Order: sequence, then structure tokens, then C-alpha cells
Amino acid sequence: MSGYSLEIRHLTKKYGDTEVLKDIDLTIKQGEFVALIGKSGCGKSTLLRAVSALTTITGGIIKINGKSVTAINPEVRFLFQDARLLPWKTVLQNVVLGSPTRSREAAVAALQSVDLEMKANFWPSDLSGGQRQRAALARALVGTPKILLLDEPLSALDALTRINMQKLIEALWQKENFTVVLVTHDVSEAVYLADRVVLLEDGRIGLDKKIELSRPRIKDKDSAYYENLILNYILKPAEASAV
Amino acid sequence: MGNSVDSATALVSRKKILGSKGKSREILLKGTGNLLLIWSIPIILFLFWTWLSLTGYLNRLFPTPDELLRTTVRLIEDGTLALNLEVSLIRAFTGLAIGGSTGFILGILTGQFSLVNKILNTPIQMIKSVPRLAILPLVLIWFGIGETSKLILIALSTFFPIYLNTFHGIRSIDRDLLEMGKIYGLSSWEMFKNIIFPGAISSIMIGFRQSLGDTWLILIVAETIAAKSGIGYMATNAREYMMMDVIVLSMVIYALLGSLSDLIAVTATKKMMRWNPAYRRT
Repeated sequence: MSGYSLEIRHLTKKYGDTEVLKDIDLTIKQGEFVALIGKSGCGKSTLLRAVSALTTITGGIIKINGKSVTAINPEVRFLFQDARLLPWKTVLQNVVLGSPTRSREAAVAALQSVDLEMKANFWPSDLSGGQRQRAALARALVGTPKILLLDEPLSALDALTRINMQKLIEALWQKENFTVVLVTHDVSEAVYLADRVVLLEDGRIGLDKKIELSRPRIKDKDSAYYENLILNYILKPAEASAV
Repeated sequence: MGNSVDSATALVSRKKILGSKGKSREILLKGTGNLLLIWSIPIILFLFWTWLSLTGYLNRLFPTPDELLRTTVRLIEDGTLALNLEVSLIRAFTGLAIGGSTGFILGILTGQFSLVNKILNTPIQMIKSVPRLAILPLVLIWFGIGETSKLILIALSTFFPIYLNTFHGIRSIDRDLLEMGKIYGLSSWEMFKNIIFPGAISSIMIGFRQSLGDTWLILIVAETIAAKSGIGYMATNAREYMMMDVIVLSMVIYALLGSLSDLIAVTATKKMMRWNPAYRRT
């Protein structure tokens, strides 16, 4: 079982007169883990929403496993910045909604995979932020998606919870082998998790860098090298204009 | 200050001595205290009334407590009370069922579909602007003083609170949750069942409570003006013969019916909203 490939050709997106995405070309292999980074407003979330068909595109083409995206695809799951659990349903009932067949057994299994089965009958309001995000992750995984789109799902969590979630996402990715596109503005998170880091700048791809580090990854000189390289690239234009 | 600290320590030590059995007794005591607090004003008024009647301050215009009690027993025994109560209850709930369900269904339609809202909003707002009691002459001429006119009046006044609150509840549902439902491939019915209806329920229940209150209000008016049975008729009829005890008894029954139905609505809301921490207290 492997994830789907993703192919983006000449993608443009306009909101009125503002061009948010300008002629994006990007190919993501099956099962690849790609981190999409960039400053706020660079278009990274828009790109993710375009892939999931939550936003219509102005021009170009997006293909998932060779097929053009026209509608929301049940094999593509999306994890938002906020968990978006239904507050009037228990954790388990929320996860069941993620299953295309509304299977309770699959939902229980998904909750086990994120280590949250003991909270199955709790209301979302009784969970911590990290637990809520884990429940949302279980809901995304219960249908065994081929592509997982993560829109800064960890940005609202505290540092320790975030590290745990990063490990959990990596472990689940290695086990299920789906394709992941992670939007983040945390460069070290991108280097820690991704096979490849793509930098979006002003609606264009500025940098596309393979992270050639072995897994499990540790924070050392090599990861620091990648982090510096990417950070320098991001900060370069700002420094130039400051001089 | 010192006093409250003292009583607090006394309470703690008493709890220790009494153990778990004492604890449950304390909860019981607390519950009784709460009940006393909630009913304190009616109880004080009742005692004051009894005192007034015992000292002979009350004239013929005010029934005494024992007169009221004897009348109540008499009306229960000869079946008058049960009969009128039944008639009033059937009117109230049929009217509420008609007006409430119409309001609920139209509120859902206008809340979800802009086209329906565009068509219906203006006429509904126009009808809403006419005071309910101003329609009374028209209804009486068209439908006479039979059951229909009373049901129409109740249905008309219970329609608006439920309609407006259902509409508002649906319009104010979190867009993010709807987007989540969309991406998880929920069908229209699943969207309604899982997201739209539960999201609007607290607002709908506010409308329902308001409608319940309006039901009793309009029922009194309708039964006072045009009826041959019901609690309102009982009071109007009693006025003719200056039977103050029956008039007061009717008021008491209306008050009890109103607060009882409100209590049921509040309990139902709490049960439906138990996922929300704000509804779990008290």
C-alpha cells in the first residue's frame, strides 16, 4: 500500500486582482514527505486548499495519481490548524465520521494508533489541545488516505506536545506510507520531518531542497546545516533590502 | 471574615467525623437549603397572606387561603378543574405543535437556502410586525369562537420565536465545521444531522422556551375573550359571580403550568447541551 503521487503544472490562483499563486510547478512522488514553508501570506495554505479542491484554481492543472482534480477526493485527507472536532459528538463519534463506511471498528483502531482510545467517550471540550489534534489525526487516518495534507496542524501546540506529535506523524507515515504535504513556518520542523523542503516565496517556488538525512532524525550538525541553509535563503532578500 | 473561617473549619471537622454517611446527609441538607432559597419569595408571600387573613384585614375582594383550598378541593371533586385543565392543555399543545413545527421547518429552509429566505423573509417580517392581538377581531369574525380561532392565535404567536431562533442558529454555525464536513464527504442529510442541527439546537431551544411562554399568554387572552371552556373561561365566568377564589386559583394554575413547562424545556436543553461545559453547571 502506497500513497498517491501529486503533480502540479502551471498552477495559478487569483483572488480578484491579486495573484496568490504564480505558475507553480511541483511534482511529489508516491509516499514522499514534503514540507511547504514560507512566510505568512506566501500562498502555501492556498496551494494546499487547491490540492484538496477546497479552493477553485484560476489556471493550470493538478493531478493526483495521474487524474485531474475536479472534486473533493475521499483518498485525500486534510488536517487543519484547529482540530475542528464536532463539540456535540464524542471523540469516537467524531472519528467515525472520517471513515467512508462510517465504521466504528475502524474508528477504534484509528484511535488506538494515535494512543487515544481511553478518551473515546469523552467530549472534545474535555481534551487538551494536543489530544484534540490527535483525535483529528485519527479522523483523517481512519479512511486510510493516500495523501495527507497538513495545514500547520502543530502550530497551536506547546513545544513538548509538538515534539510528540511530530514523532507520531512520522511513525504513522512510515507505517502507512501515504504521501504527506505539510505546511509549516517552522524550519526545524520541516527539516526534522520532510524528505524535501519546498520554499514558497510570493506565490512562486523559491527553493526545492532534498533533506538527505537518515531516519530517525536527530538534531545535530547536519540538521543544523539544512536549517541554516533554508533560513539564510528565506532571510536573504530582507537583508539585501535592509543594507 | 473570622466567622466564616471558623464555620469552614467546623464544617471540615464535622465532615471528618461524620464520614461518607454524613457527607450524603450534608448533600441532602444543601439540596433542601437550595430548594428553600428558590421558593423563598413565594413562601414569604404565602405566609404574609395567611397572616393578613387571620388578622381579618382581608375584605371580600381577597379570598383567604382556606377558602382557596376548599374551592380547589371542590373543583377537583366535581371534575370542573380536570375538564377545563384538559381543554386548555390540549389547546396549548396543539397550537404550539402547529406553530412550532411550522416555524422550525421554515427556519431550517430559510436558514439553509438563500433563495427561500429571499422569497419568504419580507412576508414573514410583515406578519410579524402586526401585533398578535390586533389580528384577534379578524380571526374571530372569520373563524368564530370555536377551537380553530384559538389554535390559530396560539400557532401564530408560537411560530415567530421558534422560526427566528432556528434561522439565526443555522446562520451562525461555524463555517469551519461545515468545511470539515465537506472535505470528509458528508452527504446533505449527514451534514444536517451531524453539523447543522446540533449546531443550531441551543438557539432553537431558546426560541422554544420563548414560544412556550407565549403559548400560555395568548391562551389566557383567547380563553378570556372567546371560549366556553378552559382555565381562562373558568376565571372569566367566575368574575361574573365575583368568585374571587376561583379567579385566584386560575392565576395560580397558569403560573404553575408556565413554570412547569419552562422547567421541562430547561431540563431538556441541559440534556441536549451536555457536551458544552457551560451547561453542565447548576
